[in-house]
Amino acid sequence: MKSLAELAAIKEKMQDKVVLREGSSDIRVVVGMATCGIAAGARPVLNTFVEEVSSQGLADKVMVTQTGCIGICQYEPVVEVFEAGKDKVTYVKMNAEKAKEVVEKHLKGGKVIEEYTITNAKA
Amino acid sequence: MKELSLNILDIAMNSVKAKATKIEIGLTETETSFTMTIRDNGCGMKRDFLATVTDPFSTTRTTRKVGMGIPFLKLAAEQTGGSFSIDSRHESEFPENHGTETTAVFDKTSIDFTPLGDIISTIVTLIQGSPDIRWIFVHTTPKGSAELDTDELKAVLGDVPLDNTEVIMWVRDYLKEAYSDMEYGFR
Repeated sequence: MKSLAELAAIKEKMQDKVVLREGSSDIRVVVGMATCGIAAGARPVLNTFVEEVSSQGLADKVMVTQTGCIGICQYEPVVEVFEAGKDKVTYVKMNAEKAKEVVEKHLKGGKVIEEYTITNAKA
Repeated sequence: MKELSLNILDIAMNSVKAKATKIEIGLTETETSFTMTIRDNGCGMKRDFLATVTDPFSTTRTTRKVGMGIPFLKLAAEQTGGSFSIDSRHESEFPENHGTETTAVFDKTSIDFTPLGDIISTIVTLIQGSPDIRWIFVHTTPKGSAELDTDELKAVLGDVPLDNTEVIMWVRDYLKEAYSDMEYGFR
């Protein structure tokens, strides 16, 4: 059985890092989680971002958050990527596989996947 | 919605939006029925809004004029022959004990019963998105129960936030084990 002792171990490990992390994220990934997003499949997209950002060692650099309806429900699941000094990138009709790819190529590699952005989407 | 757990995620988001500090998600199953209750201490709804809330053309969203969340859940419950109810006390009228309680009862034996689906992902998503809220989750079945109260986790974690990925992974594994211990058949 998973125990609270394990949680205490996580606390020990994290304590130093927490202070560092706050406010230091360069990139913010925002997933639309209103009814439209949820019904279209936003939950696995969000969970993939959370897990991949962590497993790729990007947790200090990238923050994954949720928001309500972005207003373009026909394109859901929608993911917005904000990076200081750069234009916002809006990815549309996302799924878990595409999310994985965005972490790898965009968040890690710095290259926007144009093919998945709203500019190249059909409603 | 393809899974009830997605309706649960959606309805709980309303509680988050209502600025609740405590949200309880209760699932109670018998051999033939499935009851879900979501109770929060958020700002509540005024009586006139509450009266229209199951109408798709009643919504709090500002980006468009249609809100499908509650109508979806009501439909999902009623199409099994079950029932739906929502009760709310607005903070202007009930400054001490405001909040909203949504209950949906399903007949599990109905061909129109939507399976629960990935409830673990729903709970994990809610905690990750609103780590400062106290989440209380209790799923009771004839074979046992799965329970989680984020206050108990916070007591151990101290300054480490609940949305820390390792904590989130722990929550996922914790619930996975709880469900496998009671041999819960996800479908």
